[in-house]
Amino acid sequence: MATTAATVGQVSHAGHVDDRSFLRKYIFSTDHKIIGIQFLIMSLLFLAMGGALAMMMRWQLGFPGQVMPGAALLPETMAPGGILLPEFYISLVTMHGTFMVFFAIMPLLVGVFGNFLIPLKIGAPDMAFPRLNMMSFWVAVPSGLIMLAGFWAEGGHAGAGWTAYAPLSASPEYSGVSLGQQLWCVSLVVLGLSSMLGAVNYITTVINLRAPGMTWFRLPLSIWALFITAILVLLAIPILAGGAIMLLFDQTIGTHFFKPATGGQVLLWQHLFWFFGHPEVYILILPAMGMVSDIIANGSRKPIFGYESMVFAIMGIGFLGWIVWGHHMFQSGMNPTLGQTFMISTLLIAVPSAIKTFNWLGTMWRGSLHFHVPMLHAVAFVAMFVIGGLSGVFMASTPVDIYIHDTYFIVAHIHYVLFGGSLFALFGAITYWYPKMFGRMMNPFWGKAHFWLTFVFYNLTFFPMHQLGLQGHMRRIYDPTQYEFLQPLQPLNQFITIAALLLFASQAIFALNFILSWFRGTKAEANPWHDNALEWTVPSPPPHGNFAVTPTVYRGPYEYSSPEATEDYLPQNKRLPTDRMPASQPAGD
Amino acid sequence: MTEDRQVRAAKNPDETHHLSFSQIPHDALTRADRPATIVAPSAGPSAPRFQTDPLTRVRELPHRYILAALAVGALFATTACGGPFPQSTLHPAGDLGFEIDRLFRLILWLAGGVFVVVESLLIYVAIRYRARPGQPPPARVHGHTLLEISWTLAPAVILIMVAVPTIQTILRTDGPAPAGALEVSVIGHQWWWEYRYAESGVVTANELHVPVGRPVVLSMTSADVIHSFWAPRLGGKRDVIQGRTNRLRFTPDSVGVFLGQCAEFCGESHANMGLQVVVEDSAAFEAWIAAQQQAPLPPDSLSPAAREGLEAYRRIRDPASNTCIICHAIQGVSGGLMGPNLTHLGSRSRIAGDMIPNTAEGLARWLRDPITAKPGSKMPNVGLDESEIAALVAYLQSLR
Repeated sequence: MATTAATVGQVSHAGHVDDRSFLRKYIFSTDHKIIGIQFLIMSLLFLAMGGALAMMMRWQLGFPGQVMPGAALLPETMAPGGILLPEFYISLVTMHGTFMVFFAIMPLLVGVFGNFLIPLKIGAPDMAFPRLNMMSFWVAVPSGLIMLAGFWAEGGHAGAGWTAYAPLSASPEYSGVSLGQQLWCVSLVVLGLSSMLGAVNYITTVINLRAPGMTWFRLPLSIWALFITAILVLLAIPILAGGAIMLLFDQTIGTHFFKPATGGQVLLWQHLFWFFGHPEVYILILPAMGMVSDIIANGSRKPIFGYESMVFAIMGIGFLGWIVWGHHMFQSGMNPTLGQTFMISTLLIAVPSAIKTFNWLGTMWRGSLHFHVPMLHAVAFVAMFVIGGLSGVFMASTPVDIYIHDTYFIVAHIHYVLFGGSLFALFGAITYWYPKMFGRMMNPFWGKAHFWLTFVFYNLTFFPMHQLGLQGHMRRIYDPTQYEFLQPLQPLNQFITIAALLLFASQAIFALNFILSWFRGTKAEANPWHDNALEWTVPSPPPHGNFAVTPTVYRGPYEYSSPEATEDYLPQNKRLPTDRMPASQPAGD
Repeated sequence: MTEDRQVRAAKNPDETHHLSFSQIPHDALTRADRPATIVAPSAGPSAPRFQTDPLTRVRELPHRYILAALAVGALFATTACGGPFPQSTLHPAGDLGFEIDRLFRLILWLAGGVFVVVESLLIYVAIRYRARPGQPPPARVHGHTLLEISWTLAPAVILIMVAVPTIQTILRTDGPAPAGALEVSVIGHQWWWEYRYAESGVVTANELHVPVGRPVVLSMTSADVIHSFWAPRLGGKRDVIQGRTNRLRFTPDSVGVFLGQCAEFCGESHANMGLQVVVEDSAAFEAWIAAQQQAPLPPDSLSPAAREGLEAYRRIRDPASNTCIICHAIQGVSGGLMGPNLTHLGSRSRIAGDMIPNTAEGLARWLRDPITAKPGSKMPNVGLDESEIAALVAYLQSLR
């Protein structure tokens, strides 16, 4: 199989003059790097939009009934007189979650870095199925457009929350929304197709296209994480797609899957959604963990601590992710014995998570820590992931979950995992691989400014939400001030809103740094971070086909500060006198 | 601060007993925020503007890291303190609430301990091992089996410390109803609560009356979407689902009015679906039941205005769905099932999902335009004129 990779690399690409037209090169490209960058641009736009939706929500929560600055841009059906309508607020809640999970974080982690990193890091010229890969992107784009179109649908956009609990989502008579909710379903089915095409590709590529010598236990942890994630995507997304189709049928052709009055089961939706939804949580965090591992080892100039246990922890999380979905439904009236089972499996996930955390600490321990911008984000990831993980223990304990279920405590938890976790890792990863993508460095001063502002305002935004939740603040309410008992919390709500607005504003630094560095940044050398992995042995950006000669791998990617090397890093493909040539195959292990 | 607390304690004596858990004052909330805002870096780091090699220079960042971490810690501490918040989950007033609260505090200490240890370790490592010029390269360590095994086992032990009391609590709180429990059926509607008392036949809305000290079992279902019954200080929260009956059991241990609301997102007016649980001594509870069992006044003993209101209530309107009696029940007058039973509306303190005070003004506002008062309301704007509204208000207020 490696022979195939090698042959493809040598015959079609080595020393090859790139004569593709602009359209084939940048728009309908089959090059995994271009597709990765296409996903990057698409999902960063959706990320910015999701953030803007959140700002509108925060404005309403902090300053209900006051004219929102910039609301004049919104049509009368959303914010007449500059004040958000309740039904529009509910669409905002729904769409912030939907866009962030499905169109920002997931494509950023899986679509961008899965695409960009897998072939480069395993020494392959491209994906196993480059045309499927192109299709994966060009299916994702219409999916996003369908989801966007819902904002202009008659009756407003979907308003049943991003979890779309039936029967609220299944019956227009309950939600007042019909077309918007149908577009929501259609969009997710289409997006599911895109994700599955990607997943098939990643799995095949990692199994078949590894360079000679790139054994499984020489794979970078980012690739391990993306590989396990791809398996999760392949198995989980069809369940969401199936559920969404059933929901669509309930709305359009009169089926009764989720309508109890005519024999359906309300809870069936929750089971389907969370059987997909919990693996989805790990789809959204595992690649982040993998990339953080790469960055922390690099920033510490030390090998990753406990490589094997890191790999097994990734597998453990990936497996346990399938048997915990019931913890989202503790209040649905499930049998207490079943609840206890889900509680125990949920608590078990803390074990591999703790292994990873301590291994990151062990990597940094007695290291030589270089706090470049990606490293700052990676360390922040660890710090924030610990908080998000610990707040998860509260929810795992079923009686305590009775307290905090559906309150702002949950909102705090999910944001500590998805923003404090995934998004910090993503900022770090984008900065880290930016030179490889665009051939230029992002500006480190503005990178640090962005990091510190984000870190501070992020915590000021989300940490107080734990407090809000414990004091009885429910999720998804339009106007907290109408409850007498929430009025003492209003100063805290306003504080959070101001912090959130500043957090959002701070992202402008990142956006400007990203755009300006593309044209003005310092030209990047091949290996600006002195990393060992294969992508750093080729020019920035790598040519079409990646490797002029298929690399041969002699060691794992974390051999920093090796006494055998003259520098403090040792590329995976550098042959030392003691290294033997690997067997011609990467061992079909 | 002490003065402040005494004032509050005097107002509500049962708020004090949990303060011993943490001596952080009520105002800690705002206090914690203050250092936090100071931490926001006002000036960016003075790193060289354009670094080509990100590895060459290491900046001194740790002190700000510490400050940020302290701010986080201060905010974390505030979650441990009570406050003047009547909805707080940290002031249980029933056995279920108390059990949950005890477990919550156990986990708070355990998780708080882990938080402090891990984050301090991280900060220590980040400061202690940052690169310095001229230092020898770090040792090439790939792992340490014993260490890795021990930090696999340590969290497992902590998790057992969480799991065992959790299971014990579940067994204590989730068993079958004790004999002599008060059984009430709860039906969630968009967007109000219906209560049906099995033993006395009383039907009411939004205000749940229960006696102190007697176990209460709620058998809950929904007429439409999923709702979730939640009275935080009593500890209960459980989803209310069409086609299923979920049960919730608690024993209130102090007299008072405990607020609650729907906790599961249930549509446009999810935010307008409040409830209250009135816990009273058994004499007051029996008196309330007796009053609820009374038939309303006969028409000829009503005031002229109220009599006019009764006429308006019965009037067939166009379209017919705008007719009051289609949806509402008043004993001896109408038997509609869509909306709340109004037989004793005058005895309730609030209307419209517990969101609007039950005063002449509040009733008039509601009748004039229910859709504005509660967005998406299933009660249409009937198009009443002002004289009808005044008459209806008089009639509804007579239903005590």
